[in-house]
Amino acid sequence: MAEVVRRLRVRRGWSRPRGGSRTSNTASRPWLAAVPPVALLAVLFLYPLALVVQQSLQPDTGGTSFQPYADVFASDAFREALWTTVWLAAGSTVGCLVLGFVLALVIAFVPFPGARAVARFIDVFLSFPTFLITLALLFVYGTVGMANGLWTDLTGAADGPFQFLTTPWGVLLAEITYFTPFVVRPLLAAFSQLDTAQLEAAGSLGARPVRIVRRVILPEALPALAAGGSLVLVLCLNEFGIVLFTGAKGVTTLPMLVHSKAILESDYPGACVVAVVNVLISVGLYGLYRVVSRRARA
Amino acid sequence: MLVHSRGAKWAVWALFLVLFLPLFALPLLVVLGASFATNWSSVLPSGFTTGHYSAATRGEALQALTTSLLTAAAASLLALTAGTWAALAAAGLKGRYRRVLDALFVLPVAVPSVVVGLAILVAFSKPPFLLNGTREIVILAHTVLVTAFAHQSVSAALARLDPAYEQAAASLGARPAHVLWRVRLPLLLPSLTAAAGLCFALSMGELSATMMLYPPDWTPLPVLIFAATDRGALFAGSALAVVLMAATLLALFAVSRVRTRASYR
Repeated sequence: MAEVVRRLRVRRGWSRPRGGSRTSNTASRPWLAAVPPVALLAVLFLYPLALVVQQSLQPDTGGTSFQPYADVFASDAFREALWTTVWLAAGSTVGCLVLGFVLALVIAFVPFPGARAVARFIDVFLSFPTFLITLALLFVYGTVGMANGLWTDLTGAADGPFQFLTTPWGVLLAEITYFTPFVVRPLLAAFSQLDTAQLEAAGSLGARPVRIVRRVILPEALPALAAGGSLVLVLCLNEFGIVLFTGAKGVTTLPMLVHSKAILESDYPGACVVAVVNVLISVGLYGLYRVVSRRARA
Repeated sequence: MLVHSRGAKWAVWALFLVLFLPLFALPLLVVLGASFATNWSSVLPSGFTTGHYSAATRGEALQALTTSLLTAAAASLLALTAGTWAALAAAGLKGRYRRVLDALFVLPVAVPSVVVGLAILVAFSKPPFLLNGTREIVILAHTVLVTAFAHQSVSAALARLDPAYEQAAASLGARPAHVLWRVRLPLLLPSLTAAAGLCFALSMGELSATMMLYPPDWTPLPVLIFAATDRGALFAGSALAVVLMAATLLALFAVSRVRTRASYR
Protein backbone atom coordinates (compact mmCIF):
# COMPACT_ATOMS: atom_id res chain seq x y z
CA MET A 1 0.00 0.00 0.00
CA ALA A 2 2.66 2.50 1.06
CA GLU A 3 4.67 1.36 -1.93
CA VAL A 4 1.89 2.36 -4.34
CA VAL A 5 1.45 5.73 -2.66
CA ARG A 6 5.15 6.47 -2.91
CA ARG A 7 5.23 5.53 -6.57
CA LEU A 8 2.23 7.73 -7.28
CA ARG A 9 3.86 10.63 -5.55
CA VAL A 10 7.00 10.21 -7.58
CA ARG A 11 5.03 10.19 -10.78
CA ARG A 12 3.10 13.30 -9.80
CA GLY A 13 6.18 15.16 -8.75
CA TRP A 14 7.62 14.46 -12.12
CA SER A 15 4.56 15.50 -14.10
CA ARG A 16 3.56 18.70 -12.25
CA PRO A 17 6.35 21.15 -12.92
CA ARG A 18 7.05 20.54 -16.58
CA GLY A 19 4.27 18.26 -17.90
CA GLY A 20 1.85 20.38 -19.93
CA SER A 21 -1.26 19.29 -18.07
CA ARG A 22 -2.00 22.83 -16.96
CA THR A 23 -1.34 25.96 -18.98
CA SER A 24 0.53 28.90 -17.56
CA ASN A 25 -2.69 30.69 -16.60
CA THR A 26 -3.83 28.27 -13.90
CA ALA A 27 -0.44 26.75 -13.20
CA SER A 28 1.00 30.03 -11.97
CA ARG A 29 -2.08 30.99 -9.96
CA PRO A 30 -3.89 27.77 -9.03
CA TRP A 31 -5.50 29.47 -6.02
CA LEU A 32 -7.58 31.68 -8.36
CA ALA A 33 -9.82 28.71 -9.08
CA ALA A 34 -10.39 28.25 -5.35
CA VAL A 35 -11.70 31.80 -4.84
CA PRO A 36 -15.39 31.36 -5.89
CA PRO A 37 -16.20 28.30 -3.72
CA VAL A 38 -14.32 29.73 -0.76
CA ALA A 39 -16.15 33.05 -1.13
CA LEU A 40 -19.46 31.19 -1.17
CA LEU A 41 -18.50 29.22 1.93
CA ALA A 42 -17.35 32.40 3.65
CA VAL A 43 -20.68 34.17 3.05
CA LEU A 44 -22.92 31.20 3.87
CA PHE A 45 -21.02 29.57 6.69
CA LEU A 46 -17.95 31.35 8.09
CA TYR A 47 -19.51 34.82 8.32
CA PRO A 48 -22.67 33.46 10.05
CA LEU A 49 -20.48 31.48 12.46
CA ALA A 50 -18.45 34.59 13.26
CA LEU A 51 -21.68 36.48 13.93
CA VAL A 52 -22.73 33.77 16.40
CA VAL A 53 -19.48 34.29 18.33
CA GLN A 54 -20.00 38.06 18.21
CA GLN A 55 -23.59 37.77 19.39
CA SER A 56 -22.55 35.51 22.25
CA LEU A 57 -20.49 38.44 23.61
CA GLN A 58 -23.29 40.99 23.32
CA PRO A 59 -25.89 40.75 26.10
CA ASP A 60 -29.35 42.22 25.55
CA THR A 61 -28.47 45.09 27.87
CA GLY A 62 -25.95 46.36 25.30
CA GLY A 63 -22.18 46.62 25.16
CA THR A 64 -19.67 43.82 24.88
CA SER A 65 -18.97 41.56 27.82
CA PHE A 66 -18.60 37.97 28.97
CA GLN A 67 -21.83 38.35 30.95
CA PRO A 68 -23.80 35.91 28.72
CA TYR A 69 -21.12 33.27 29.30
CA ALA A 70 -21.21 33.81 33.05
CA ASP A 71 -25.01 33.63 33.06
CA VAL A 72 -25.16 30.45 30.99
CA PHE A 73 -22.34 28.66 32.82
CA ALA A 74 -24.02 29.46 36.13
CA SER A 75 -27.38 28.00 35.11
CA ASP A 76 -28.29 24.48 36.19
CA ALA A 77 -30.04 23.81 32.89
CA PHE A 78 -26.81 24.30 30.94
CA ARG A 79 -24.67 22.16 33.23
CA GLU A 80 -27.23 19.38 33.17
CA ALA A 81 -27.52 19.56 29.36
CA LEU A 82 -23.74 19.45 29.00
CA TRP A 83 -23.48 16.39 31.24
CA THR A 84 -26.42 14.65 29.50
CA THR A 85 -24.94 15.35 26.07
CA VAL A 86 -21.51 14.03 26.98
CA TRP A 87 -22.60 10.83 28.72
CA LEU A 88 -25.23 10.05 26.08
CA ALA A 89 -22.68 10.50 23.30
CA ALA A 90 -20.02 8.46 25.10
CA GLY A 91 -22.48 5.69 25.99
CA SER A 92 -23.88 5.54 22.45
CA THR A 93 -20.37 5.37 21.02
CA VAL A 94 -19.40 2.45 23.24
CA GLY A 95 -22.67 0.69 22.41
CA CYS A 96 -22.21 1.25 18.67
CA LEU A 97 -18.62 -0.02 18.80
CA VAL A 98 -19.50 -3.25 20.62
CA LEU A 99 -22.64 -3.95 18.58
CA GLY A 100 -21.03 -2.92 15.29
CA PHE A 101 -17.99 -5.11 15.94
CA VAL A 102 -20.12 -8.17 16.65
CA LEU A 103 -22.37 -7.62 13.62
CA ALA A 104 -19.46 -6.96 11.24
CA LEU A 105 -17.63 -10.01 12.61
CA VAL A 106 -20.54 -12.30 11.79
CA ILE A 107 -21.18 -10.75 8.35
CA ALA A 108 -17.51 -11.00 7.38
CA PHE A 109 -16.28 -14.21 9.00
CA VAL A 110 -19.33 -16.40 9.66
CA PRO A 111 -21.14 -15.56 6.43
CA PHE A 112 -24.64 -16.88 5.89
CA PRO A 113 -26.87 -16.82 2.81
CA GLY A 114 -28.12 -13.24 2.56
CA ALA A 115 -25.20 -11.68 4.43
CA ARG A 116 -24.54 -9.42 1.44
CA ALA A 117 -28.16 -8.30 1.40
CA VAL A 118 -27.86 -7.44 5.09
CA ALA A 119 -24.76 -5.35 4.38
CA ARG A 120 -26.67 -3.55 1.60
CA PHE A 121 -29.61 -3.00 3.96
CA ILE A 122 -27.28 -1.37 6.47
CA ASP A 123 -26.19 1.06 3.72
CA VAL A 124 -29.79 1.97 2.95
CA PHE A 125 -30.39 2.51 6.65
CA LEU A 126 -27.94 5.41 6.56
CA SER A 127 -30.00 7.34 4.04
CA PHE A 128 -33.01 7.63 6.34
CA PRO A 129 -33.46 10.50 8.80
CA THR A 130 -32.59 9.86 12.46
CA PHE A 131 -35.99 10.76 13.88
CA LEU A 132 -37.50 7.76 12.10
CA ILE A 133 -35.90 5.50 14.72
CA THR A 134 -37.49 7.38 17.60
CA LEU A 135 -40.84 7.27 15.84
CA ALA A 136 -40.47 3.49 15.39
CA LEU A 137 -39.42 2.97 19.00
CA LEU A 138 -42.66 4.69 20.09
CA PHE A 139 -44.57 1.81 18.49
CA VAL A 140 -42.22 -0.87 19.87
CA TYR A 141 -41.68 0.27 23.47
CA GLY A 142 -44.17 3.14 23.79
CA THR A 143 -46.91 3.24 26.42
CA VAL A 144 -49.25 1.62 23.90
CA GLY A 145 -46.90 -0.40 21.73
CA MET A 146 -45.78 -3.85 20.80
CA ALA A 147 -43.77 -4.80 23.88
CA ASN A 148 -46.19 -3.35 26.42
CA GLY A 149 -49.15 -4.73 24.43
CA LEU A 150 -47.64 -8.20 24.62
CA TRP A 151 -47.12 -7.83 28.36
CA THR A 152 -50.65 -6.63 29.09
CA ASP A 153 -52.13 -9.35 26.85
CA LEU A 154 -50.16 -12.06 28.65
CA THR A 155 -50.48 -10.90 32.24
CA GLY A 156 -53.69 -8.89 32.12
CA ALA A 157 -51.97 -5.96 33.84
CA ALA A 158 -53.10 -2.42 33.08
CA ASP A 159 -49.62 -1.09 32.20
CA GLY A 160 -46.56 -2.67 30.62
CA PRO A 161 -43.11 -2.66 32.19
CA PHE A 162 -41.43 -0.63 29.41
CA GLN A 163 -41.59 3.04 30.35
CA PHE A 164 -38.04 4.11 29.50
CA LEU A 165 -38.67 5.89 26.17
CA THR A 166 -39.01 9.38 27.61
CA THR A 167 -35.87 8.94 29.72
CA PRO A 168 -32.27 9.26 28.48
CA TRP A 169 -32.23 5.47 28.01
CA GLY A 170 -34.71 5.81 25.14
CA VAL A 171 -32.40 8.32 23.46
CA LEU A 172 -29.45 5.99 24.07
CA LEU A 173 -31.24 3.04 22.44
CA ALA A 174 -32.26 5.16 19.43
CA GLU A 175 -28.74 6.55 18.97
CA ILE A 176 -27.13 3.10 19.19
CA THR A 177 -29.61 1.78 16.63
CA TYR A 178 -29.14 4.60 14.17
CA PHE A 179 -25.38 5.07 14.41
CA THR A 180 -24.17 1.44 14.54
CA PRO A 181 -24.06 1.26 10.69
CA PHE A 182 -21.45 4.05 10.79
CA VAL A 183 -19.17 1.59 12.62
CA VAL A 184 -20.16 -1.50 10.61
CA ARG A 185 -19.28 0.06 7.26
CA PRO A 186 -15.60 0.89 7.86
CA LEU A 187 -15.20 -2.41 9.75
CA LEU A 188 -16.48 -4.43 6.78
CA ALA A 189 -14.08 -2.51 4.53
CA ALA A 190 -11.19 -3.31 6.87
CA PHE A 191 -12.18 -6.98 7.20
CA SER A 192 -12.33 -7.39 3.43
CA GLN A 193 -8.60 -6.58 3.33
CA LEU A 194 -7.71 -9.05 6.04
CA ASP A 195 -5.95 -12.13 4.68
CA THR A 196 -8.12 -15.07 5.70
CA ALA A 197 -5.05 -17.33 5.55
CA GLN A 198 -4.04 -15.76 8.88
CA LEU A 199 -7.27 -16.98 10.44
CA GLU A 200 -6.84 -20.45 8.96
CA ALA A 201 -3.27 -20.62 10.20
CA ALA A 202 -4.23 -19.51 13.70
CA GLY A 203 -7.13 -21.96 13.69
CA SER A 204 -5.04 -24.89 12.50
CA LEU A 205 -2.49 -24.15 15.20
CA GLY A 206 -5.25 -24.68 17.73
CA ALA A 207 -6.40 -21.17 18.56
CA ARG A 208 -10.04 -20.99 19.68
CA PRO A 209 -12.32 -18.48 17.89
CA VAL A 210 -12.29 -16.06 20.84
CA ARG A 211 -8.51 -16.07 20.80
CA ILE A 212 -8.41 -15.53 17.02
CA VAL A 213 -10.76 -12.55 17.38
CA ARG A 214 -8.66 -11.09 20.20
CA ARG A 215 -5.20 -11.69 18.79
CA VAL A 216 -5.68 -11.52 14.99
CA ILE A 217 -8.86 -9.69 14.02
CA LEU A 218 -9.06 -7.02 16.73
CA PRO A 219 -5.59 -5.53 16.06
CA GLU A 220 -6.46 -5.27 12.36
CA ALA A 221 -9.80 -3.65 13.15
CA LEU A 222 -8.49 -1.06 15.62
CA PRO A 223 -7.95 1.79 13.12
CA ALA A 224 -11.41 1.28 11.60
CA LEU A 225 -12.92 1.09 15.09
CA ALA A 226 -11.18 4.30 16.11
CA ALA A 227 -12.26 6.16 12.98
CA GLY A 228 -15.86 4.93 13.10
CA GLY A 229 -16.10 5.48 16.84
CA SER A 230 -14.92 9.07 16.77
CA LEU A 231 -17.27 9.90 13.89
CA VAL A 232 -20.18 8.42 15.86
CA LEU A 233 -19.12 10.37 18.95
CA VAL A 234 -19.27 13.67 17.04
CA LEU A 235 -22.58 12.83 15.36
CA CYS A 236 -24.10 11.86 18.73
CA LEU A 237 -22.91 15.11 20.33
CA ASN A 238 -24.68 16.99 17.53
CA GLU A 239 -27.82 14.85 17.35
CA PHE A 240 -31.06 16.79 17.51
CA GLY A 241 -33.84 14.88 15.69
CA ILE A 242 -33.78 11.85 18.01
CA VAL A 243 -33.94 13.96 21.17
CA LEU A 244 -36.62 16.25 19.74
CA PHE A 245 -38.87 13.33 18.75
CA THR A 246 -38.46 11.71 22.16
CA GLY A 247 -40.36 14.70 23.44
CA ALA A 248 -39.10 14.17 26.97
CA LYS A 249 -38.83 17.16 29.23
CA GLY A 250 -36.17 15.34 31.24
CA VAL A 251 -33.73 14.91 28.33
CA THR A 252 -32.09 18.15 27.27
CA THR A 253 -28.89 18.09 25.24
CA LEU A 254 -26.82 21.05 24.03
CA PRO A 255 -28.44 21.17 20.55
CA MET A 256 -31.88 21.05 22.20
CA LEU A 257 -30.85 23.89 24.49
CA VAL A 258 -29.74 25.97 21.49
CA HIS A 259 -33.10 25.40 19.84
CA SER A 260 -35.21 26.12 22.91
CA LYS A 261 -33.23 29.24 23.90
CA ALA A 262 -33.34 30.73 20.40
CA ILE A 263 -36.81 29.76 19.14
CA LEU A 264 -38.90 29.37 22.29
CA GLU A 265 -37.28 31.95 24.61
CA SER A 266 -35.82 34.33 21.98
CA ASP A 267 -32.67 34.53 24.15
CA TYR A 268 -30.21 34.87 21.29
CA PRO A 269 -27.05 35.70 23.28
CA GLY A 270 -27.68 32.67 25.51
CA ALA A 271 -28.34 30.40 22.51
CA CYS A 272 -25.13 31.64 20.89
CA VAL A 273 -23.10 30.87 24.03
CA VAL A 274 -24.39 27.29 24.10
CA ALA A 275 -23.75 27.05 20.35
CA VAL A 276 -20.13 28.18 20.77
CA VAL A 277 -19.54 25.58 23.50
CA ASN A 278 -21.13 22.85 21.37
CA VAL A 279 -19.08 23.82 18.31
CA LEU A 280 -15.83 23.84 20.30
CA ILE A 281 -16.43 20.32 21.65
CA SER A 282 -17.57 18.87 18.31
CA VAL A 283 -14.97 20.52 16.08
CA GLY A 284 -12.18 19.54 18.49
CA LEU A 285 -13.31 15.92 18.44
CA TYR A 286 -13.82 15.99 14.67
CA GLY A 287 -10.26 17.22 14.20
CA LEU A 288 -9.16 14.23 16.26
CA TYR A 289 -11.28 11.97 14.04
CA ARG A 290 -9.62 13.33 10.89
CA VAL A 291 -6.16 12.68 12.33
CA VAL A 292 -7.10 9.17 13.47
CA SER A 293 -8.77 8.21 10.20
CA ARG A 294 -5.82 9.51 8.18
CA ARG A 295 -3.56 7.28 10.30
CA ALA A 296 -5.98 4.40 9.74
CA ARG A 297 -5.75 4.77 5.98
CA ALA A 298 -1.95 4.97 5.89
CA MET B 1 -13.83 -19.51 8.41
CA LEU B 2 -13.85 -18.54 12.05
CA VAL B 3 -16.36 -21.05 13.39
CA HIS B 4 -16.24 -24.56 11.97
CA SER B 5 -18.67 -26.74 13.88
CA ARG B 6 -22.23 -26.73 12.63
CA GLY B 7 -23.84 -26.12 16.00
CA ALA B 8 -21.59 -23.20 16.82
CA LYS B 9 -22.36 -21.64 13.45
CA TRP B 10 -26.09 -21.82 14.08
CA ALA B 11 -25.59 -20.36 17.54
CA VAL B 12 -23.67 -17.40 16.08
CA TRP B 13 -26.32 -16.83 13.43
CA ALA B 14 -29.07 -16.99 16.03
CA LEU B 15 -27.24 -14.34 18.07
CA PHE B 16 -26.92 -12.21 14.94
CA LEU B 17 -30.64 -12.44 14.23
CA VAL B 18 -31.53 -11.67 17.85
CA LEU B 19 -29.43 -8.49 17.62
CA PHE B 20 -30.21 -7.52 14.05
CA LEU B 21 -33.95 -8.08 13.70
CA PRO B 22 -35.28 -6.11 16.68
CA LEU B 23 -32.77 -3.29 16.25
CA PHE B 24 -32.72 -2.71 12.50
CA ALA B 25 -35.48 -4.57 10.69
CA LEU B 26 -38.22 -4.05 13.26
CA PRO B 27 -38.20 -0.21 13.27
CA LEU B 28 -38.86 0.04 9.54
CA LEU B 29 -41.54 -2.69 9.62
CA VAL B 30 -43.20 -1.09 12.63
CA VAL B 31 -43.46 2.31 10.96
CA LEU B 32 -44.84 0.66 7.84
CA GLY B 33 -47.38 -1.32 9.89
CA ALA B 34 -48.44 1.70 11.91
CA SER B 35 -49.04 3.76 8.78
CA PHE B 36 -51.90 1.41 7.84
CA ALA B 37 -53.42 1.26 11.33
CA THR B 38 -55.66 3.32 13.57
CA ASN B 39 -54.85 1.64 16.84
CA TRP B 40 -51.93 -0.20 18.48
CA SER B 41 -52.69 -1.53 21.94
CA SER B 42 -51.74 -5.16 21.46
CA VAL B 43 -48.82 -7.03 19.86
CA LEU B 44 -49.97 -6.13 16.37
CA PRO B 45 -51.60 -2.94 15.11
CA SER B 46 -55.34 -3.01 14.50
CA GLY B 47 -57.94 -1.09 12.54
CA PHE B 48 -56.66 -1.37 8.98
CA THR B 49 -57.01 1.82 6.97
CA THR B 50 -55.45 3.52 3.98
CA GLY B 51 -56.89 6.83 5.11
CA HIS B 52 -53.54 8.14 6.38
CA TYR B 53 -52.09 7.73 2.90
CA SER B 54 -54.92 9.54 1.15
CA ALA B 55 -54.40 12.35 3.69
CA ALA B 56 -50.62 12.18 3.18
CA THR B 57 -50.88 12.69 -0.56
CA ARG B 58 -53.04 15.79 -0.70
CA GLY B 59 -53.36 19.28 0.69
CA GLU B 60 -50.83 20.36 3.28
CA ALA B 61 -48.91 17.07 3.17
CA LEU B 62 -48.57 17.07 -0.60
CA GLN B 63 -47.35 20.65 -0.44
CA ALA B 64 -44.78 19.64 2.19
CA LEU B 65 -43.60 16.80 -0.03
CA THR B 66 -43.09 19.09 -3.03
CA THR B 67 -41.39 21.60 -0.73
CA SER B 68 -38.99 18.89 0.45
CA LEU B 69 -38.33 17.64 -3.09
CA LEU B 70 -37.69 21.16 -4.44
CA THR B 71 -35.47 22.09 -1.49
CA ALA B 72 -33.48 18.87 -1.79
CA ALA B 73 -33.08 19.24 -5.56
CA ALA B 74 -31.96 22.88 -5.32
CA ALA B 75 -29.66 22.26 -2.36
CA SER B 76 -28.04 19.19 -3.93
CA LEU B 77 -27.43 21.00 -7.22
CA LEU B 78 -25.87 23.99 -5.47
CA ALA B 79 -23.86 21.77 -3.12
CA LEU B 80 -22.66 19.55 -5.94
CA THR B 81 -21.49 22.56 -7.95
CA ALA B 82 -19.73 24.21 -5.02
CA GLY B 83 -18.31 20.95 -3.65
CA THR B 84 -17.01 19.75 -7.02
CA TRP B 85 -15.52 23.14 -7.79
CA ALA B 86 -13.76 23.23 -4.43
CA ALA B 87 -12.50 19.66 -4.83
CA LEU B 88 -11.12 20.42 -8.31
CA ALA B 89 -9.52 23.65 -7.07
CA ALA B 90 -8.00 21.83 -4.08
CA ALA B 91 -6.58 19.14 -6.38
CA GLY B 92 -4.68 21.89 -8.23
CA LEU B 93 -3.16 23.22 -5.01
CA LYS B 94 -0.24 21.85 -3.07
CA GLY B 95 0.63 21.01 0.50
CA ARG B 96 -0.70 23.29 3.18
CA TYR B 97 -3.15 25.28 1.03
CA ARG B 98 -4.81 22.10 -0.11
CA ARG B 99 -5.21 20.84 3.44
CA VAL B 100 -6.66 24.18 4.56
CA LEU B 101 -9.18 24.18 1.70
CA ASP B 102 -10.18 20.57 2.44
CA ALA B 103 -10.54 21.31 6.14
CA LEU B 104 -12.68 24.40 5.43
CA PHE B 105 -15.09 22.41 3.33
CA VAL B 106 -15.52 19.50 5.77
CA LEU B 107 -16.02 21.85 8.73
CA PRO B 108 -19.84 21.92 8.34
CA VAL B 109 -19.92 18.18 9.14
CA ALA B 110 -18.43 18.81 12.55
CA VAL B 111 -20.55 21.85 13.41
CA PRO B 112 -23.94 20.77 14.80
CA SER B 113 -26.69 21.38 12.24
CA VAL B 114 -28.74 23.23 14.86
CA VAL B 115 -25.86 25.69 15.17
CA VAL B 116 -25.64 26.02 11.37
CA GLY B 117 -29.35 26.90 11.45
CA LEU B 118 -28.85 29.39 14.27
CA ALA B 119 -25.85 30.98 12.53
CA ILE B 120 -27.72 31.42 9.26
CA LEU B 121 -30.74 32.78 11.13
CA VAL B 122 -28.55 35.34 12.94
CA ALA B 123 -26.61 36.33 9.82
CA PHE B 124 -29.49 36.63 7.38
CA SER B 125 -31.93 38.42 9.68
CA LYS B 126 -30.12 41.72 9.31
CA PRO B 127 -28.71 43.80 6.44
CA PRO B 128 -26.88 43.38 4.10
CA PHE B 129 -28.54 39.97 3.66
CA LEU B 130 -32.19 40.08 4.68
CA LEU B 131 -33.61 36.62 3.97
CA ASN B 132 -35.44 35.77 7.20
CA GLY B 133 -38.81 34.19 6.47
CA THR B 134 -38.09 33.33 2.84
CA ARG B 135 -37.75 29.91 1.27
CA GLU B 136 -34.23 30.74 0.10
CA ILE B 137 -32.93 30.71 3.67
CA VAL B 138 -33.99 27.05 4.07
CA ILE B 139 -32.35 26.11 0.77
CA LEU B 140 -29.15 27.94 1.73
CA ALA B 141 -28.99 26.15 5.09
CA HIS B 142 -29.44 22.76 3.43
CA THR B 143 -26.77 23.67 0.88
CA VAL B 144 -24.25 24.48 3.62
CA LEU B 145 -25.02 21.21 5.41
CA VAL B 146 -24.66 18.91 2.39
CA THR B 147 -21.80 20.67 0.55
CA ALA B 148 -19.30 18.98 2.87
CA PHE B 149 -20.52 15.52 1.85
CA ALA B 150 -20.42 16.40 -1.87
CA HIS B 151 -16.91 17.76 -1.47
CA GLN B 152 -15.71 14.70 0.45
CA SER B 153 -16.94 12.15 -2.06
CA VAL B 154 -15.78 14.10 -5.11
CA SER B 155 -12.30 14.70 -3.71
CA ALA B 156 -12.02 11.01 -2.78
CA ALA B 157 -12.88 10.13 -6.40
CA LEU B 158 -10.39 12.72 -7.70
CA ALA B 159 -7.62 11.09 -5.69
CA ARG B 160 -8.36 7.75 -7.37
CA LEU B 161 -8.50 9.25 -10.87
CA ASP B 162 -5.71 8.08 -13.19
CA PRO B 163 -3.80 11.22 -14.23
CA ALA B 164 -2.72 9.53 -17.49
CA TYR B 165 -5.98 10.45 -19.25
CA GLU B 166 -5.78 14.18 -18.65
CA GLN B 167 -2.04 14.21 -19.36
CA ALA B 168 -2.65 12.45 -22.67
CA ALA B 169 -5.40 14.91 -23.58
CA ALA B 170 -3.25 17.87 -22.61
CA SER B 171 -0.23 16.57 -24.48
CA LEU B 172 -2.43 16.32 -27.58
CA GLY B 173 -3.09 20.05 -27.23
CA ALA B 174 -6.42 20.20 -25.39
CA ARG B 175 -6.96 23.41 -23.40
CA PRO B 176 -7.54 23.02 -19.62
CA ALA B 177 -11.23 23.86 -19.94
CA HIS B 178 -11.58 21.23 -22.63
CA VAL B 179 -9.71 18.65 -20.55
CA LEU B 180 -11.98 19.42 -17.59
CA TRP B 181 -15.19 19.24 -19.59
CA ARG B 182 -14.46 16.29 -21.87
CA VAL B 183 -12.07 14.15 -19.78
CA ARG B 184 -12.14 14.77 -16.04
CA LEU B 185 -15.84 15.46 -15.48
CA PRO B 186 -17.01 12.44 -17.55
CA LEU B 187 -14.58 10.25 -15.61
CA LEU B 188 -15.96 11.69 -12.38
CA LEU B 189 -19.60 11.24 -13.43
CA PRO B 190 -20.25 8.03 -11.42
CA SER B 191 -19.03 9.61 -8.19
CA LEU B 192 -20.84 12.87 -9.01
CA THR B 193 -24.16 11.06 -9.26
CA ALA B 194 -23.41 9.10 -6.10
CA ALA B 195 -22.67 12.39 -4.32
CA ALA B 196 -25.89 13.88 -5.71
CA GLY B 197 -27.88 10.95 -4.31
CA LEU B 198 -26.25 11.30 -0.90
CA CYS B 199 -26.92 15.07 -0.80
CA PHE B 200 -30.53 14.55 -1.86
CA ALA B 201 -31.18 11.91 0.80
CA LEU B 202 -29.56 14.03 3.54
CA SER B 203 -31.51 17.13 2.55
CA MET B 204 -34.81 15.21 2.40
CA GLY B 205 -34.40 14.08 6.02
CA GLU B 206 -32.91 17.30 7.40
CA LEU B 207 -34.76 18.46 10.51
CA SER B 208 -32.38 20.24 12.91
CA ALA B 209 -31.42 23.34 10.92
CA THR B 210 -34.85 23.47 9.27
CA MET B 211 -36.55 23.67 12.68
CA MET B 212 -34.56 26.83 13.37
CA LEU B 213 -35.58 28.80 10.29
CA TYR B 214 -38.48 27.45 8.21
CA PRO B 215 -41.10 30.03 7.27
CA PRO B 216 -44.78 29.00 7.54
CA ASP B 217 -45.26 28.86 3.77
CA TRP B 218 -42.22 26.60 3.17
CA THR B 219 -42.66 23.61 5.51
CA PRO B 220 -40.57 20.58 4.52
CA LEU B 221 -41.95 17.08 5.19
CA PRO B 222 -39.79 16.27 8.30
CA VAL B 223 -41.20 19.35 10.06
CA LEU B 224 -44.72 18.19 9.24
CA ILE B 225 -43.92 14.70 10.58
CA PHE B 226 -42.69 16.27 13.81
CA ALA B 227 -45.80 18.45 14.06
CA ALA B 228 -48.02 15.37 13.56
CA THR B 229 -46.28 13.23 16.19
CA ASP B 230 -46.00 16.16 18.59
CA ARG B 231 -49.78 16.56 18.69
CA GLY B 232 -50.16 12.78 19.13
CA ALA B 233 -51.14 11.81 15.57
CA LEU B 234 -48.57 9.01 15.51
CA PHE B 235 -50.26 6.93 12.80
CA ALA B 236 -50.68 9.85 10.39
CA GLY B 237 -47.04 10.76 11.13
CA SER B 238 -45.93 7.24 10.20
CA ALA B 239 -47.71 7.46 6.86
CA LEU B 240 -45.90 10.75 6.19
CA ALA B 241 -42.61 9.10 7.19
CA VAL B 242 -43.23 6.21 4.79
CA VAL B 243 -43.94 8.72 2.01
CA LEU B 244 -40.67 10.49 2.88
CA MET B 245 -38.70 7.20 2.83
CA ALA B 246 -40.30 6.13 -0.45
CA ALA B 247 -39.53 9.46 -2.12
CA THR B 248 -35.91 9.30 -0.90
CA LEU B 249 -35.46 5.71 -2.09
CA LEU B 250 -37.00 6.52 -5.49
CA ALA B 251 -34.59 9.42 -5.93
CA LEU B 252 -31.63 7.24 -4.89
CA PHE B 253 -32.77 4.52 -7.31
CA ALA B 254 -33.07 7.01 -10.18
CA VAL B 255 -29.61 8.35 -9.41
CA SER B 256 -28.09 4.84 -9.30
CA ARG B 257 -29.59 4.17 -12.77
CA VAL B 258 -27.68 7.18 -14.09
CA ARG B 259 -24.55 5.81 -12.51
CA THR B 260 -24.76 2.37 -14.12
CA ARG B 261 -25.44 3.86 -17.53
CA ALA B 262 -22.50 6.20 -17.17
CA SER B 263 -20.08 3.44 -16.20
CA TYR B 264 -20.80 1.56 -19.44
CA ARG B 265 -19.73 4.51 -21.52
